[in-house]
Amino acid sequence: MPSLTINGKSFDLDVDPKMPLLWAIRDHANLTGTKYGCGVALCGACTVHLDGEPVRSCQMQVRDAIGRKVTTIEGVEGKVAKAVQGAWQSLDVVQCGYCQSGQIMNAIGLLAQNPKPSDADINNAMEGIVCRCATYVRIRAAIHEAAKSLG
Amino acid sequence: MFTKSMFETHLPKRKPSRRDFLKASAATAGALVVATTVDFGGNKAAALTMRDPPQPNAFIKIAPDNTVTVMIKHLDMGQGNATGLTTIVADELDADWSQMRSAFAPSNPLLYNNLLMGPIQGTGGSTAIANSWSQLRYAGAAARLMLIAAASDAWGVPEKEITISKGIISHVKSGKTAEFGEFAAKAAKVMPPAIVEPKQPKDWVYIGKHVPRLDSVGKTTGGTIYAMDIKRPGMLTAMVEHPPRFGGKVKSFDASAAKSVPGVVEVFQIPQGVAIVAKDTWSAIRGRKALRVEWDDSNAEQRSTEAMFADYRELLARPGVSAAKRGDAWGTLVKAAKVIEAEFAFPYLAHAPMEPLNAAMEIKDDGNVEVWAGAQFQTIETATIAWVLGTLPHNISLHTLWAGGSFGRRATPNADYIGELAQIAKNSKAKAPIHLVWSREDDLKGGRYRPMFLHSVRAGLDAQGKLIAWQQRLVGQSFMIGSPLEMAIVKNGVDETAVEGASDMPYAVPNFAVDWHNPKSEVTTLWWRSVGHTHTAQAVEVMIDRLAREAGKDPLEFRRELLKGHPRHLGVLNLAAEKGNYGEKLPKGRGRGIAVHESFKTFVAMVADVTVGADGTFRVDRIVAAVDCGIAVNPDIIRAQIEGGVGYGLGAALRNKITLANGFVEQSNFDGYKPLRISDMPQVEVHIVPSTEAPTGVGEPGVPPVAPAVTNAIYEATGKWFYSLPWKLDGLQST
Repeated sequence: MPSLTINGKSFDLDVDPKMPLLWAIRDHANLTGTKYGCGVALCGACTVHLDGEPVRSCQMQVRDAIGRKVTTIEGVEGKVAKAVQGAWQSLDVVQCGYCQSGQIMNAIGLLAQNPKPSDADINNAMEGIVCRCATYVRIRAAIHEAAKSLG
Repeated sequence: MFTKSMFETHLPKRKPSRRDFLKASAATAGALVVATTVDFGGNKAAALTMRDPPQPNAFIKIAPDNTVTVMIKHLDMGQGNATGLTTIVADELDADWSQMRSAFAPSNPLLYNNLLMGPIQGTGGSTAIANSWSQLRYAGAAARLMLIAAASDAWGVPEKEITISKGIISHVKSGKTAEFGEFAAKAAKVMPPAIVEPKQPKDWVYIGKHVPRLDSVGKTTGGTIYAMDIKRPGMLTAMVEHPPRFGGKVKSFDASAAKSVPGVVEVFQIPQGVAIVAKDTWSAIRGRKALRVEWDDSNAEQRSTEAMFADYRELLARPGVSAAKRGDAWGTLVKAAKVIEAEFAFPYLAHAPMEPLNAAMEIKDDGNVEVWAGAQFQTIETATIAWVLGTLPHNISLHTLWAGGSFGRRATPNADYIGELAQIAKNSKAKAPIHLVWSREDDLKGGRYRPMFLHSVRAGLDAQGKLIAWQQRLVGQSFMIGSPLEMAIVKNGVDETAVEGASDMPYAVPNFAVDWHNPKSEVTTLWWRSVGHTHTAQAVEVMIDRLAREAGKDPLEFRRELLKGHPRHLGVLNLAAEKGNYGEKLPKGRGRGIAVHESFKTFVAMVADVTVGADGTFRVDRIVAAVDCGIAVNPDIIRAQIEGGVGYGLGAALRNKITLANGFVEQSNFDGYKPLRISDMPQVEVHIVPSTEAPTGVGEPGVPPVAPAVTNAIYEATGKWFYSLPWKLDGLQST
């Protein structure tokens, strides 16, 4: 039975080690903040952090995450996470909200690497995360605001 | 969704009266008191029977902890109506925003019908705010008076000396104050007031101002529960293998390999295809992959897109059913000094909401049925489930949850995917709650597309460049004819959702004719964010721009002349032109275009800026929009909806099409059906026209003007007209 560390907690999951991490997180760890949107890494709704780096959980297998730290939207912490979620809230970025876990996890990854991203940096980093409501104008503004608040 | 005709059928011609309010809230007198909360209506509503105590108000629940919960009768799929409807109540009640909550109302068409849809509880046609405006103002104002009456009685002071502000009830002379919770129980026993006077606009505290969205925190922390996230003890996941061609049927299937996939519990046939029921999503996906089905395609659509368009083009040569006629368009065209003709083609489009279609159902031992869904047509969905299961609607509890987008897809005249779930639940022997999940591939290949359309437009100018004739013919499938909603929408053989935006265009043309053909196909079609306007705005607004140029006139001036007597069109047109600097001379390679369109009683104009590189690169730099949606309840949500409408319309116009090859859909995921991404998104500026008119919707009206405004801008930059969508921009060069 594979054991995974998700949001600092250990989960013994009765699953095939080749199951995509996404489905293990959603169906077996019952953490539903991470979303299914396409299943083939074309939309980024399933983005989680693996050892702090954004990854598409639909393309990772459970066995690839064993012994590593998986972080989902429910458990993401720290200054950068707080700044990003705060900016998202103060600018009311969300519409349907279904993609926003992925947007936020990816944006946290971006700001952790690049504290002052340009519009072009934001486009490069966020291009993989689809928002069908097209909240992109506010996503860009919120990333800039989060960067500003982090100083 | 929905058309003007539907509005005209059901829109009250007068201000709602006290009687309407009572009717709408199923109220008489008295109150319902329960142990922990005082129910101003709401959570008991689903179970309301003739024996239940009458409720003063089905929309507002005030609890002893001072929270005020507004029952939201609509689906919030991102439009922000949960916040918007709560704003209306908060203002009339003089509550503090921090005490406001929202909850989705149960399925109950007697209490929660959409007043613009008649007896149906449902969301669509950009009607959530429009149909609730008076209902919730009166509900909030009545609840406020009841709190005052309770305080007056408790404090022994006259009602007229009591004020409420930001959630505090006060009597200045005695210095007494209280919060709502203190008087909630007492207020619920007060006879609802006979006369309710909603606030004057000058006294609004929240309407027209900024309030934070109620869903922002949940949606940024992973806490919001969508239907996709529902967990029930022992719940199984179902997926369905649908016919790969529209109109196909199961001939036979071999489930042996599928059944040997670990986790697969059952495989059986339903009318919609072959269902796999498994213990989790991954097992269902793998089980379905192992399934072998032979299809009977004898009645299926087997044409390719090109062949279908060729058939449409043949129809274009013949008169269709008349949708609008005045003067003599054909006779005038023969005599016109100049006749301009253009053909506009539009592909099938998928809605592709981020949350694929899904819903969960649990049939209890006692025969009661619980359902969880991003339910958009609760009344139709409940009726469909009841019909499939052979039970009565009152045995079904349908829980509406936040939906991950819809753009029209979750509302179907036959409750398609929820009916499919009911078939699975009915035929399953597992006796477990079942969650039906569609994959992205199911979504994109699954039909219910915006119909393909072909338009021809012939317009005539006289020697002075005056528009004297307009003849437009449309060819595109009706999704209303043959549906249960046909009677409400189809008039004299014309499906208004096919021709809206063309047959009723506002431009003054003395000789005018619009007709329409309804070609047949097994491909299923549906309303797609702004419905008929998705194609008619492109045809009308690009043609008008071209005619202006043929007449040697400025496109803005040409529109102004033809829109005399349409002040709200002119209002947004002039505001967008001013804010977007329309007419400013731009450097080579850049273009600026304008378009104006009314849909769902909301008026939107847009000025688009594009840059076309010498190497053919193309981008939309900026959209400046002006919107008149009557009173702006939540200006920031209006801006957000217009921003989103711009992105949704632009993404489709840039590169989206669903195509068929011998009847098989050629796109299956976001590689073949490429969504708009952040680098495509232009800067968007939204300006709201101040108005005292009743509010109308903004979910859809941001979509129609974007494609024509950009098309007209591309012409400015390149001298080329791109009539059809998506734009075929290969070989683009600036001039």
